[in-house]
Amino acid sequence: MTARAESGPVGGGGLGRVVIWGLLLFFAFVFLLPLFVMVVTSLKTLDEVHAGNMLALPQHVTIAPWLGAWGRACVGLSCTGIKGYFGNSILMVVPAVAISTLLGALNGYVLTKWRFPGHKIVFALMLFGCFIPFQSVLIPMARVLGILGIGNSILGLIVTHVVYGIGFTTLFFRNYYEAFPTELIRAAQIDGAGFWQIFRRILLPASGPIAIVTVIFQFTNIWNDFLFGASFTSGANVPMTVALNNLVNTSTGVREYNVDMAAAMIAALPTLFVYVVAGRYFVRGLMAGAVKG
Amino acid sequence: MAFLEISALSKRFGRTEVLKGIDLELEKGGFLVLVGPSGCGKSTLLNAIAGLEAVSAGEIRIDGQVVNGLHPSKRDIAMVFQSYALYPSMTVAQNIAFGLEMRGVPRREREAAVQRVAALLQIGHLLDRRPSQLSGGQRQRVAMGRALVRDPRVFLFDEPLSNLDAKLRVDMRTEIKKLHAATAKTVVYVTHDQIEAMTLASKLAVLRDGALQQVGTPAEVYNRPANLFVADFMGSPAMNLLPARVAGRNGSAVLEVERDNEPPIGLRMPPAASGAALAPGQPVILGIRPEAITDPAGADRGSAAIDLVEALVEVVEPAGSDTYVVTRAAGKEVIARMRADADVRPGTRMPFAFDLSKAVLFDPETTRRLF
Repeated sequence: MTARAESGPVGGGGLGRVVIWGLLLFFAFVFLLPLFVMVVTSLKTLDEVHAGNMLALPQHVTIAPWLGAWGRACVGLSCTGIKGYFGNSILMVVPAVAISTLLGALNGYVLTKWRFPGHKIVFALMLFGCFIPFQSVLIPMARVLGILGIGNSILGLIVTHVVYGIGFTTLFFRNYYEAFPTELIRAAQIDGAGFWQIFRRILLPASGPIAIVTVIFQFTNIWNDFLFGASFTSGANVPMTVALNNLVNTSTGVREYNVDMAAAMIAALPTLFVYVVAGRYFVRGLMAGAVKG
Repeated sequence: MAFLEISALSKRFGRTEVLKGIDLELEKGGFLVLVGPSGCGKSTLLNAIAGLEAVSAGEIRIDGQVVNGLHPSKRDIAMVFQSYALYPSMTVAQNIAFGLEMRGVPRREREAAVQRVAALLQIGHLLDRRPSQLSGGQRQRVAMGRALVRDPRVFLFDEPLSNLDAKLRVDMRTEIKKLHAATAKTVVYVTHDQIEAMTLASKLAVLRDGALQQVGTPAEVYNRPANLFVADFMGSPAMNLLPARVAGRNGSAVLEVERDNEPPIGLRMPPAASGAALAPGQPVILGIRPEAITDPAGADRGSAAIDLVEALVEVVEPAGSDTYVVTRAAGKEVIARMRADADVRPGTRMPFAFDLSKAVLFDPETTRRLF
């Protein structure tokens, strides 16, 4: 055993370490295998998919399935690929994440630094909102969207996701701001800063870690949502996740597994991208909230 | 009329009364130190002056203007916090200028003001740094700069030195004193450190459980404490407080302090109390500071009221500049402060010189000072 491996308490080596490493490798393999199959399948021609072994590397690498998924594949009756639905998801996720994160920050600010009688009850109710199963609100939400006249629209999805995201974003920001020194707020008050100036100049610039956590959390949840998308939109307005389902279930012609896989990869790429870019802040931010809060 | 006037101020949190009818005045340019143990209400009083806490009753006037209903930013005050409270995302220069910016002072004037204050506090080379890149002492200076730059009517300091290490604290204390002498600003300063209080104050207010115990100059509070609490709180080591009894001896009144296995100590009445109506047998508490009990050669030759008492030396604590000698009387330890080179050995008997001209008497019932 090398000296480099010896961190942690003395005497923890030997068999225990072998078992731990073995288990870790096994689970990494289990989790990575489907991804591997998806990637290699999406790079094979359809003939190769039908002929060969699922785990084999492609003999002739081709990006045709990716192009097909993007621009040609049939979703339901229209064969224009998934690009439009990818756009729908972007149009939905960006405003929904931005609005719910900002509202969460504002709620956290008020609930910790501008407390009012009953602030605990308000926070408890918001927290309660995190635990309501989404299925149970489908029908009331559909009714509300109908009354607002934004049923079957991306705007309707944005509103829905903002409403159901606020509980979580408020929770994150409240716990983060709870540990934020109140003396800073008081100093700013004496300096003459008002409610919004303190929020914008003092609190927001210090909120980087928790903002990243919230954005990743909200982005992943909203992008991956299927239930609201399938329930409140149809046709050309559905988000990427629903379109992917429709693509795979389209029963005309030959089933193009390589195109399905490519479409699934495209659907997963934005969340992967967000994790890779901001992921290292994710754990750090969660810990900051957990330890101090 | 005083510059800062506080009258009948009280503050309740629910049923707990944390300030009980405080009356205080401070002249313009004065340095008022609020001192007391933690939880005595001194920070609450400061926050009330700042406007960060609403008061339950009473009035605060600055320069004749009642400020009770005014927002902190409208009171023309500046505050230095214990944690410094520097804005973490701004540079030092931005921190100092923030208050001016919020008041709409034009950029050029702001920059000039920042330069002026930075020069005064010798932080010119730090202006582009962020608070996280500064040491404790530098942060302290920036926090003071932020207060100074606005040139307010009253400065409020909330335990500004308690996060610094011992040496830096002494340096900054001198710095604050110099700054006050140079700017002649009106200051209210909160601390739990009685040495800080003594050295800085032009006026000292001792608080306990939300009530004022004594207000006066540091010398008044130190030499003539109003009650047993103040006597015990101010001074380190603390004042010796010995239960004693008034007795008549050869026609004149003396103080008798009991001792174990030895005859009682007989001390003459403190000159301040002579001729007063003290009934024989009346119990009192004798308060005498360690520096008023010395070795005979170190006693104050100008004092006319020195009594020598033979006693057993229990402990000797050399402190460099002085030697503290512990003996025992009335069931309590008595600390004497002797010259560093006094020849004292534990376990031996030696004469202690009690300077009664610096002693005070308290009533054990009311705990108030009698003389």
